[in-house]
Amino acid sequence: MSAVRTRGGHGLAPLLFVLIALAILSAELWAGPYYLKLLSRAMILALAALALDLVVGVAGLVSLGHAAFLGVGAYTVGILAEHGITSGWIQWPIALFASAAFALVIGALSLRTRGVHFIMITLAFAQMLYYAANSLSRYGGDDGLTIWNRSEFATFFSLADRSTFAWTCFVILLLSYLLLARVVASRFGRVLRGAKDNERRMEALGYPVARFRLVAFTLSGTLAGLAGVLLANLTEFVAPAYMSWHRSGELLAMVVLGGLGSLYGAIIGAFFFVLVEEALARITTHWALVFGPFLILLVLLGRGGLVGLLENLGRR
Amino acid sequence: MRVLLAAKGLAKSFGAVVAAADLDLAVEAGEIHALIGPNGAGKTTVLRLLSGELRPDAGCVWLADREVTALAVHERARLGLARTFQHSSVLSSFSVLENVAVAIQAHAGSSFRFFKPASPDPRLEEPALAILERLGIEGLADRPAAALAHGERRLLELAMALACRPQVLLLDEPLAGVSNKEAQRLIGVLAALRAEMGMLLVEHDMDAVFRLADRITVLVNGRVIASGSPSAVRADPLVRSAYLGEEEEL
Amino acid sequence: MKSEYRATALDPALLVVQLLNGVQLGLLLFLVASGLTLVFGILDVINLAHGVVFMVGAYVAASTFLHSGSLLLAAAAAPIAAALLGLVLDRLVLRFLYERSHLDQVLATFGVVLFVDEAVRTLFGPAALPFPLPASLEWSLPLPGGTSYPAWRLVIIAGGLVLAAGLFGILHRTRAGMLVRAAANDARMLEMLGVDVRRLFLLVLGAGSALAGFAGALAGPIMAVQPGMGDNVLILAFVVIVTGGMGSVQGALLGALLVGLVDTLGRAFLTDLVRTLLPPAAANEVGPALASMAIYLLMAIVLLIRPQGLLSVRRAAR
Ligand SMILES: Nc1ncnc2c1ncn2[C@@H]1O[C@H](COP(=O)(O)OP(=O)(O)OP(=O)(O)O)[C@@H](O)[C@H]1O
Ligand SMILES: [Mg+2]
Repeated sequence: MSAVRTRGGHGLAPLLFVLIALAILSAELWAGPYYLKLLSRAMILALAALALDLVVGVAGLVSLGHAAFLGVGAYTVGILAEHGITSGWIQWPIALFASAAFALVIGALSLRTRGVHFIMITLAFAQMLYYAANSLSRYGGDDGLTIWNRSEFATFFSLADRSTFAWTCFVILLLSYLLLARVVASRFGRVLRGAKDNERRMEALGYPVARFRLVAFTLSGTLAGLAGVLLANLTEFVAPAYMSWHRSGELLAMVVLGGLGSLYGAIIGAFFFVLVEEALARITTHWALVFGPFLILLVLLGRGGLVGLLENLGRR
Repeated sequence: MRVLLAAKGLAKSFGAVVAAADLDLAVEAGEIHALIGPNGAGKTTVLRLLSGELRPDAGCVWLADREVTALAVHERARLGLARTFQHSSVLSSFSVLENVAVAIQAHAGSSFRFFKPASPDPRLEEPALAILERLGIEGLADRPAAALAHGERRLLELAMALACRPQVLLLDEPLAGVSNKEAQRLIGVLAALRAEMGMLLVEHDMDAVFRLADRITVLVNGRVIASGSPSAVRADPLVRSAYLGEEEEL
Repeated sequence: MKSEYRATALDPALLVVQLLNGVQLGLLLFLVASGLTLVFGILDVINLAHGVVFMVGAYVAASTFLHSGSLLLAAAAAPIAAALLGLVLDRLVLRFLYERSHLDQVLATFGVVLFVDEAVRTLFGPAALPFPLPASLEWSLPLPGGTSYPAWRLVIIAGGLVLAAGLFGILHRTRAGMLVRAAANDARMLEMLGVDVRRLFLLVLGAGSALAGFAGALAGPIMAVQPGMGDNVLILAFVVIVTGGMGSVQGALLGALLVGLVDTLGRAFLTDLVRTLLPPAAANEVGPALASMAIYLLMAIVLLIRPQGLLSVRRAAR
């Protein structure tokens, strides 16, 4: 039997996770809580970007509204905490269910269209949730909502501890990556990849392409919701800004920055984004003056993102 | 003979262009039915109407005993309708073998399987390889489809269609642009497949049409001007003037 | 663009005011959406930077007016500056994106938005720029029923109507307009017929940017002139286009008026409506949330019934 090329390879992923683990360790030992928090933030955004890569990079659907699911996850935690429900065993499943439900409905509507329409519609629905959150005066309106207690997991472990929190993010990111890598290589993932390549052909072969895409969109939205759960716990705060379209655009930038469709590229992109943002923000408050043109140049000149760059260097 | 695919009163216009008008057509089991006509006659449009890519303005389509006019492309494909495209349509980022394996996968169990890697999987790859062998292109199995020559891509497309184990196969100019050698092989393959399915063959190569077809329908400006056995069609004066005449002038 | 009026019951006089507000919002959105929809239609390019063109129009109008005191000068400067900005952006960024994927177009034009928003913030500060109206326009037209309607909003309605009529006149009566409509329908075909689609596109982009910039000038006095003000308008314009149908200017007009009316009337009356169904405390929560979602729900309903939009020139799902 001849070998068949599939996207099963993990490429730089093992190295990447080792580096992240080392970064967490050294932050624990030397750098202190600020860096632990920064790393946690990077891992959480990496999780969201990873989720988005399934839709954009693997399935070829440009969603410009993924911050919405981040927001749904975060708001679920915030609202439940506001009502005194602080147990993570209750909060997290409900948050995941809520993000899945929103992703299912938004996906089902958006997937009735293609191309530019799809982009505008995902953006519009995210904006709808953004404004809805703004008008929730019971839950802070546009000021946002402070979360007084992080999700509690009884006696098992406490997310209040910064180290525990960072390692929780790490484990969740790693497991999510492994899950999605398997999904991409599975029969299901192969249909997604095929439909990205040539939708008409896949339909003619008998695949209900829209149904596969909807499942992928829902899975992606759920994982983005999980990122929102973590983000709410990290910042102990939720606000409509979590769902702003800038955040959606940034997630998309991270995915492309890292390299489309490779999954771990999205993680690299997210770390790069968070670190550059941090570094630039120290120099100037007008960091978007630099980042905007950088994004334009990245699109116009850079092909294959950072992963492509690294792999090319490795081949030399 | 059992009718596998039938169309009644099909009509489709694009603005002022009539691509199909009150068109009746049937494909029986074990038959190669050729659909010919000059450029722009509406042949591809008819295939798109039959496969469900286009909705007809009027008329209906049956697969075996089932009316499928309202069904989507993938639903008709599941009922045993496969097709090749006039402009080869393969998954160019996949290897040749994986292209065929995807086609097998479409008709072998559920594709909503999320964990087990799709490859290697002998249940998909062995039959895929067998089909490549049948078409004589097993040597290309590991090539990326994007790297295929035009004629090879046509063969791959046929392989993908066959992997669906169709009852009815719609072929849109399978011989266009392939080398003479490949054409001979393709004609042989199609002739051998006749026993297994019904075929609707759109083709400009009259040699091939007259060698393969059991029945020929001639389409001009979306209308059938003649339909019948090859010899009857060849003798039809209308066809000679409207179509074969043109062909000879070229 | 918040309405200034709050209704307590469905009072016909207030209804008239809200209807006028809805039409006014709709016409503003139409001015932004019409250029956008033609740009999509002709080259299938998604241009997120159209919103910052609107913003720059508002800024240019506000500063021109502040420095010169002439509203006419401000009204002339805004569309000119906006058209120039649109063409400069094309030269620097857009023209490299025509043949690229939608994803590339989204990201690069998102980069433009980040840059221009931040540049404006750096130059003018984060606070809103004052854009007071001259005393000659600071009056309201009394309406029957004891209400009145601000003169400036009437100016917006009048300006929007004149421009919309002019646009339709150009599109349907002139040769260039006919070509533009044909290009929005099928640009490749036109190209094969020997028409310079690229020049046509620049014309549409320039004119569309001028319209958006003028809309910014009109909106300036009733909307806070501040960085990022174009972003919301851009997204509303998207809703308009999706609802009305891609590439169709009639669709943009229909979609814009629908969105304007649904949004305004929703904000004005939906909470009261909900109050008849729910206890007041709950209604005060649900009502505003529902009102802010109304236009998106409208879009969702249109998507369910006609995924290609109400008056599309092409099918969305091809
Ligand atoms: N999507 C479409 N929109 C508008 N016109 C179309 C469309 N598809 C086909 N046509 C027109 O319908 C007519 C029939 O086209 P069709 O492709 O079916 O012809 P054909 O017989 O397959 O021609 P050929 O031998 O060149 O492949 C042509 O005039 C064509 O221009
Ligand atoms: Mg054809």
